[in-house]
Amino acid sequence: MTNPVAAVRRVPPRTWARYRFVAIVLTPVMLLFLYLRVVPTAQAFLMSFFDWKLIKPADKFVGLDNYVKLLGDHNFREAFFNTTLFAVATTIVSVLLALLLAAFLARVVTGRLGGAIELLYFAPVLVPMVPVTLGWREIFNYDHGILNSALGLVGIQKQPWLSDPQMALVAVIILSVWKQLGYNLIILLVGMRAIPREFHEAAAVDGAGAWSQFRHITLPLLRPVTLFVIVITTISAYNVFTQVYVLASDVQGSPGRLVRVLVYDIFENGFRFFKMGYASAEAVYLFLIILALTIIQFRFLRGSSQ
Amino acid sequence: MTAGRLARRAAHWLLVLLLLLGGIVMVFPLFWLASTSLRPAPELNIVPPHLLPDHWTLENYTKVFASAPMFTYLWNSFVFATVSTVFILLTSTIAGYVFAKFKVPGNNLLFMLVLATAIVPFEIYMVPLFTQMNALGLVNKPLGLFLPFLVLSYGIFFMRQNTMTSVPDELLDAARIDGMGEFAIAFRLVPRLLAPALFALAILAFIQAWTAFIWPLLILNDPKLFPMEVGLSQFANNFSVDFGVTSAGAVIALLPTIIAFLILRRRIVDGITLTGIKG
Repeated sequence: MTNPVAAVRRVPPRTWARYRFVAIVLTPVMLLFLYLRVVPTAQAFLMSFFDWKLIKPADKFVGLDNYVKLLGDHNFREAFFNTTLFAVATTIVSVLLALLLAAFLARVVTGRLGGAIELLYFAPVLVPMVPVTLGWREIFNYDHGILNSALGLVGIQKQPWLSDPQMALVAVIILSVWKQLGYNLIILLVGMRAIPREFHEAAAVDGAGAWSQFRHITLPLLRPVTLFVIVITTISAYNVFTQVYVLASDVQGSPGRLVRVLVYDIFENGFRFFKMGYASAEAVYLFLIILALTIIQFRFLRGSSQ
Repeated sequence: MTAGRLARRAAHWLLVLLLLLGGIVMVFPLFWLASTSLRPAPELNIVPPHLLPDHWTLENYTKVFASAPMFTYLWNSFVFATVSTVFILLTSTIAGYVFAKFKVPGNNLLFMLVLATAIVPFEIYMVPLFTQMNALGLVNKPLGLFLPFLVLSYGIFFMRQNTMTSVPDELLDAARIDGMGEFAIAFRLVPRLLAPALFALAILAFIQAWTAFIWPLLILNDPKLFPMEVGLSQFANNFSVDFGVTSAGAVIALLPTIIAFLILRRRIVDGITLTGIKG
C-alpha cells in the first residue's frame, strides 16, 4: 500500500495546474448540464411513478399505475397509432425519394447544374416550420386552395385536407416529407460521393448497367448511411409537434387536436390538465421507442463495420 | 451522332427536366406564400387561383405590422438565438476540449453521461424542466426561455471529436513549453484550430433556437416576449385574419433565413453534413 499523501506529493506541479484549470472551467459547464439535462431526464422517470401535479408535487406514489392506465387511454392509443403511422410513412417516402434523387445527382446530373438542383431540394430544410406550415395551410385549403384546384384539372374531386382527420394526417405527412427530403438527400449524397469511382468503372467494364450498379454497388456500400438517415428521420418523426399544432386545428379551432400525436398528448396532459406524472409516463413510453431505434442503429452500424 | 447516343442524350435531358420540375415543386410553397402576400383580399377567393396577383399590393404587410408586433418577434428570436449560440459554442468547446485532452479522474464518467443524454430528445423531459423553471420563478421570463438552450449534449460530443482530430498534443505541449498558461491555450489557441467545427456548430445552434417552438410556447405567455415562431402561430390562429395577412407575416418570418441561406448556402450545407444533425 502506498501512502496517499506521498502519492499526492508525487503528482508534478504542472499536473496540479492542469487539474485546477479543469476544475475551474469544467465545473460551471457541468453544473449547467446536470441541472438542465440530467436532473430533468431523471425526474421524468421519477415523476412517472407518482400522482404529480404542478401545485402538488409527488402527491402519491402510484407505482406503475400511470403506465397501465395509459394503455387503456383512448387518447394515448390514438396518439400512438397516429404518430407511428406518421413516422413510418414519412420515413419510407422521404428516404426512398431521397435515394432516387441522390442516385441521379451523384452520378448522372452533376456539376453546377446538379448543385443548383440540389439547393432547390434543400431549401425547405432550413426554413422555420411555422411560416411554411402556414403556406401549406393555404395550399391545402378546401375551397380555394391551389392543391384542390390542381386536382380538379385532372378530374379528381376536392379533398377535405384539413377537416377530415385521416386526410389531415396525409396532409401532415406530405408537408413533413417536403421538409425532410432535402436533409436526407444531402446526407445520402455525401455517402454516395464517398464510394470510390473505380467500383462503378470496374462494374461497367463487366457490363453492369446503371440499375444493376445501383442495386449491387451503391446500395450495399451505402447501407450504414441509409440506416443513419432512416433512424434519424424516424426519431424526429416520433417527436412531431409544430406542424401538427399549426396545421391540424379541430372545428373549435383548438390547435393540434385534429391529428393527435404523442408530443401533443404529453403537452395536453402536462400543461392543460396538469397531470404531470401521467404526462411523464407517456414521455417515458416515447423515450423507449426512441431508445429502441437508437439501439437498432448502433447494432447495425457495428455489424456493418466488421 | 448515332441514334443510340442521341437517345441517351435525350434521356439525360428528360431526366434533368424531371429533376428541375421536382425542384420547382419543392420551392413552390415558398413562392406561393410570397405571391399570396402580395394580392388584395378579393383575389384570395378566386378559383382556380392565379399564380401571380392581378393587382399587386402591399396592404397585407401594412395590416400585419399594424396588428402584430412583428419587429419585436424578430428581435426576440434574434436575441434568443444569439445568446443560445454563444453559450453553446462556449460550453461545448470547453467541455469538449477538456474531455479530449485531460486525463482527470471522473472525466470519463461525466462524458458517458453527456453521451447518454445526447439521445434523449427535449420532448421527453420538458415537463420536469418546466417544473424546475417554475420553482425558480422563471416562467414567462426571458431567462427561463434561454436556460435550457445554453448547453447541447451533442455539441460537447461534437467538439470533443473535433478536438481529438484537429488539435495535436505536440502543439499544446509546445505552447506550454513556451510559457503559455492553460487558460490562454484553451481560449486563444484551441478555438483557432477548431474554426470549421465551431462554424458548423454555430449554424446548428442558431437554427435550433431560431426554429424552437414547443419550449417558448410552454414557458412564455406574454406576447411581448414571444419569438417569431410562437408569435406567428398565435397570430395565424386568430380567425379574424385572412390568408393574405397571414402570408405577409410568414414571409417576414422567412426572410431572415432565406437571406442568410443565399449568402452562406455552401457553408450551411457543409455545416449540416459535418454535424450530421439538424435543429
